[in-house]
Amino acid sequence: MVWVNANIVMTPRPQTLYEKIWNAHVVERRDDGTCLIYIDRHLVHEVTSPQAFDGLRANGRRVRRPELTLAVPDHNLPTTRRVDAAGRILPIADAESAQQLDALRRNTADFGIDYIDATAAEQGIVHVIGPELGFTLPGTTLVCGDSHTSAHGALGALAFGIGTSEVEHVLATQTLLLTPSKTMEIRVEGALGFGVSAKDVILSIIGRIGAAGGTGHVIEYTGDTIRSLSIEGRLTVANMSIEGGARAGLIAPDDRTFAYLKGRPMAPAGEAWDRAVAYWRTLPSDPDAVYDRVVRLDASDIAPALTWGTSPEDVVAITGVVPDPESFTDPSKQAAARKSLDYMGLTPGTAMQDVAVQHVFIGSCTNSRIEDLRAAASVANGRHVADGVRALVVPGSGLVKRQAEAEGLDRIFLGAGFEWREPGCSMCLAMNPDKVPPGERCASTSNRNFVGRQGPGARTHLVSPAMAAAAAVTGRLADVRDLMTV
Amino acid sequence: MQPVVAVSGGAYPWGAKNVDTDVIIPAHWLKTVTRTGLGRGAFETVRSQPGNIFDDPTYAGSPILIAGDNFGCGSSREHAAWALADMGIKAVIAPSFSDIFSGNAFKNGIVAVVLPQEAIDRLIAVAQDQPITIDLETMTVTTPYQDRFAFTLDPFRRQCLMEGLDEIGLTLARDTAISKYEGAVDESRPWITERRGYEGIAV
Ligand code: SF4
Repeated sequence: MVWVNANIVMTPRPQTLYEKIWNAHVVERRDDGTCLIYIDRHLVHEVTSPQAFDGLRANGRRVRRPELTLAVPDHNLPTTRRVDAAGRILPIADAESAQQLDALRRNTADFGIDYIDATAAEQGIVHVIGPELGFTLPGTTLVCGDSHTSAHGALGALAFGIGTSEVEHVLATQTLLLTPSKTMEIRVEGALGFGVSAKDVILSIIGRIGAAGGTGHVIEYTGDTIRSLSIEGRLTVANMSIEGGARAGLIAPDDRTFAYLKGRPMAPAGEAWDRAVAYWRTLPSDPDAVYDRVVRLDASDIAPALTWGTSPEDVVAITGVVPDPESFTDPSKQAAARKSLDYMGLTPGTAMQDVAVQHVFIGSCTNSRIEDLRAAASVANGRHVADGVRALVVPGSGLVKRQAEAEGLDRIFLGAGFEWREPGCSMCLAMNPDKVPPGERCASTSNRNFVGRQGPGARTHLVSPAMAAAAAVTGRLADVRDLMTV
Repeated sequence: MQPVVAVSGGAYPWGAKNVDTDVIIPAHWLKTVTRTGLGRGAFETVRSQPGNIFDDPTYAGSPILIAGDNFGCGSSREHAAWALADMGIKAVIAPSFSDIFSGNAFKNGIVAVVLPQEAIDRLIAVAQDQPITIDLETMTVTTPYQDRFAFTLDPFRRQCLMEGLDEIGLTLARDTAISKYEGAVDESRPWITERRGYEGIAV
């Protein structure tokens, strides 16, 4: 095995944001192209970490840099009240969930890792709390045992999901052995139409490139449409990079990024802040940097969108109809579409707006930040959840919940007949008590519409927060533009 | 990890595309705190259908799975690789894999072999009643009918598989280089290593 001095291979040619971050994190480079990459930030949750800590114990290994890791429970945690009126912690009914949550508490204590408890105000979904606390920073490498770690790329961090063996590897060595990815630029230009949100942008992108379109690539989202998105909107876009097959998605840090991070509890402060910002300004891709692939989208082609099938690439505009499987040219896509429609209980040619829903889920690491809740509340305000519909609003973190309550959003939702829950992954995945029953249909702001994702037999349509609220108050998949005032 | 030089035997001639990790192991199996025993939950939704390939006695216990494009897409759960290993699968052949899954597979000694769709179609036909051999020495997939498909594998992964190397052990041996890197970062980007701690910020 030969290790090559990392400095020799530095080249003066123009670099992409990805290449700059990658090169700054190469500890060592092997002659076969594998690099030992330093990991600056590591987020840990209860589901993908217990076996990693056990592995450390079994081999008598310690955590190399415990201060670079932050742990929080989110996946398993019920979203009902966690403490009673007297402040006593309520027990978790599911024994297996309770065991995993206990294991996280014990493991982080044993290995000296910062742990945010289920009852703390900062508790929330890993991908919501990272940016919110300033744990996520531009130009860093950030990993978590969860595929939607790609979300943190919205701040210009090279962030990606890892498996449990890699969680163990990072804990023990603060590095990972990786090979560089190819780069893909997705450039979106132009002004977004009325009622079109960041979620519609990313759904349309995935509809275009396909669920495997980004495999082997790191995407960089560029163009004035992306630049004009808020940090919340950028997080929604980068979050779903993995649904397009890319392991990571990046958006170059800019003044909006710095304004978002300034003053966050774990972000640098004082002189360190100034130094950091000066460095972050050097990160954006050089003007003539070359990507392996380039995809261009025109923002004016993007309508409020949703999914009709069981893959996030099955995207259609809300004004569209359920597609006919025969309309696809690829025979395997035809077969997949037939299976999807059978599972989804949909007939080709049906207008999407004629499809009734029984559940609405506003939450998940894709769409549970304050702007998402504001967008949903603006549609819910003065209206009421339709008969026969159950609608859940689950803030992404305790801090989001607090902010929403300060703005009175909770009263709008509760007044309109929505449930207002404690933070967590909730109905995004069927691991905690929030599930969609078999055969029932849900308009969901989450990121995956896979078979059984929201519960065995559950039928999921991915939508934006405003579209989810529109579905809740009309009882069907609705065009939010019809409910909005210009 | 046990060294893997070749995998030989029956294969599930499945060929399904976009098999996501929720299909390989549904989320409710993820509440375990151990790596073993997940074979029982593997492909649970597929197995709930009568006449499915995994409960067909012809293929029971096969060490190889043949699948379609984008195998292992979706969630990063390593439980998918553990579940496959627990049901005795030592290699998966497909036209493409999700990046995270192929990494997880490799770390658990499962060989992820990429072959073009034509080769997959042929192997699915052969696997109906014949064994298949994957050889990491010659980097080929062969059948009793003299089919011979060459594949490539990341050289580092190939070496780890063939020698049964423990990646963490390998990296810990690079401790000096890692410490040197950390020292340089402390100088150039001090805000990385001097992270402000969590002390119950909002309490
Ligand atoms: S909200 Fe959903 S996608 Fe996000 S981390 Fe939780 S389970 Fe994963």
